[in-house]
Amino acid sequence: MRLQTLLITLFLTIYSSNLFSTNSVNVDSSNTEAVQHDGAYDPVETIMHHVQDAHEFPIIGDLALPLPIIIYNKTKGTFFTALSSAFHPHHGTSNKIIDGYKYEHEHIASVDNDSLIDLSITKNVFGMFLGMIVVFVIMFSIRKHYKEGNNNAPKGLQGFIEPLIQFVAHDIAKQNIGKNYLKFVPYLMSVFFFILINNLLGLIPIFPGSANVTGNIGFTLVLAFLSFLMINIFAKKDYWGHIFAMPGVPKPVLFLLTPLEIIGIFIKPIALMLRLFGNIIGGHITILSIASLVFILGQVGKSFSGALAGGVIAVPLLIFVNAMELFVAFLQAYVFTLLTSIFIGIAQEEHHHEGHH
Amino acid sequence: MIYFFSATDLITPNLGYSFWTLLAFVIFWLIMGKFAFRPIVASIEARNKKIEDELKAAQNARAEFESLKSERENMEREAREERTRMLLDAKAEVENFKAAELKKSKEEAEKLIEKAKLEIESQKNAAIQEVKNQVGALSVQIAEKLVQDKLETSDNQTALINKLIAQA
Repeated sequence: MRLQTLLITLFLTIYSSNLFSTNSVNVDSSNTEAVQHDGAYDPVETIMHHVQDAHEFPIIGDLALPLPIIIYNKTKGTFFTALSSAFHPHHGTSNKIIDGYKYEHEHIASVDNDSLIDLSITKNVFGMFLGMIVVFVIMFSIRKHYKEGNNNAPKGLQGFIEPLIQFVAHDIAKQNIGKNYLKFVPYLMSVFFFILINNLLGLIPIFPGSANVTGNIGFTLVLAFLSFLMINIFAKKDYWGHIFAMPGVPKPVLFLLTPLEIIGIFIKPIALMLRLFGNIIGGHITILSIASLVFILGQVGKSFSGALAGGVIAVPLLIFVNAMELFVAFLQAYVFTLLTSIFIGIAQEEHHHEGHH
Repeated sequence: MIYFFSATDLITPNLGYSFWTLLAFVIFWLIMGKFAFRPIVASIEARNKKIEDELKAAQNARAEFESLKSERENMEREAREERTRMLLDAKAEVENFKAAELKKSKEEAEKLIEKAKLEIESQKNAAIQEVKNQVGALSVQIAEKLVQDKLETSDNQTALINKLIAQA
């Protein structure tokens, strides 16, 4: 991950250089159009816009797939639904107000400052459903090859997917959990394929890919929470014994150790949550930062030679980073599944303490 | 310059997004677990077991085949030896039989010859005896006749008696 750190540093360099180069541009905060038309290019704004969720899915240029907005108004106790296209948003913002709701910077807000819960099918939710459907189609198309009594060698798509299934079932689950592993295989495989497909779709730079599904803390939070449940609900007696009263440790030390162990229960899933989030969003930011070089050096079409130079620098770097991200997509799906398996394995372990008679 | 994003936006989980993630994932988990992952893994496990079993069975069959092969070879060798031995035995027996038969027929022939010889001898002796007897009888007859002729006179008779006395 040192390489990624390096690339994030690069991104920060671009970011800071941009700060100095655009301080002469006059920005009217109430009119974002001005920012765009002033010829200033703001990579931070662009990148953050891309890595965060949105209420529409950009296809090409100003063409975007409208997505349903579903808002629950906690203050009023009402629902508000609309298609995002109703607001005619431009770059995530619209001047239109519908039923007392405004669309600002990819957020729906209430004019009356009501407290809202946004349950919209956003770009990320849409991307996630798409990823789900892709896995459904793949798995159900190869499922017929696994009918009872069919013991043919894998072929076609099955030959590509089966090693992954075997890898998760045997090298991750069985290796780390042991004899009870079959109980956890559906969860671990779901986690692996769910993360993997969304990581991979996120790397496709055009519609319907590019949604930063897994690099969102709301997503990793849910998976980490489910892993937390899977680890602790099925935990054996020995696991709790080790947490609350580590065998063979003197009583006074336990006063220090037990709180640490209890914190450890929560630290594990939090680490899972942050690791996946950080790695994927880092990858997206890196790729977008490098792509931004073309616009920064080209000064948004004002300097052809600058854009050319930017392209010459950015394209090889982009190819390299994309290849690396492809690896990271697999790696992070693997790491999340592996660590969950290891933690489940620890909780499933039944110790036989020799020497503690 | 005003930035519309804030860092806290990035690290604050969006409740709605988490809700959809939870819903999507749980549906995914239930459906895929039940209809894809669990049966696929079970099938792969079964197939692995089958392959293992079959490899083991093949190994056993091979070992069995090897042992059968060596057994058959032993049997073949034994049969060959047996045949040779039987042939030799038969040959020897034939030789013996031949020799015995020859001896027997020789003995028989000799016996026959001997018998024939004896017969011939006895027949010969009988014939000689017969001849002797005949000659004797004939001689007596002749002598009788001669004596009758000669002794028709008393002179002759006296002469003869004298002569015979002289001879005796």
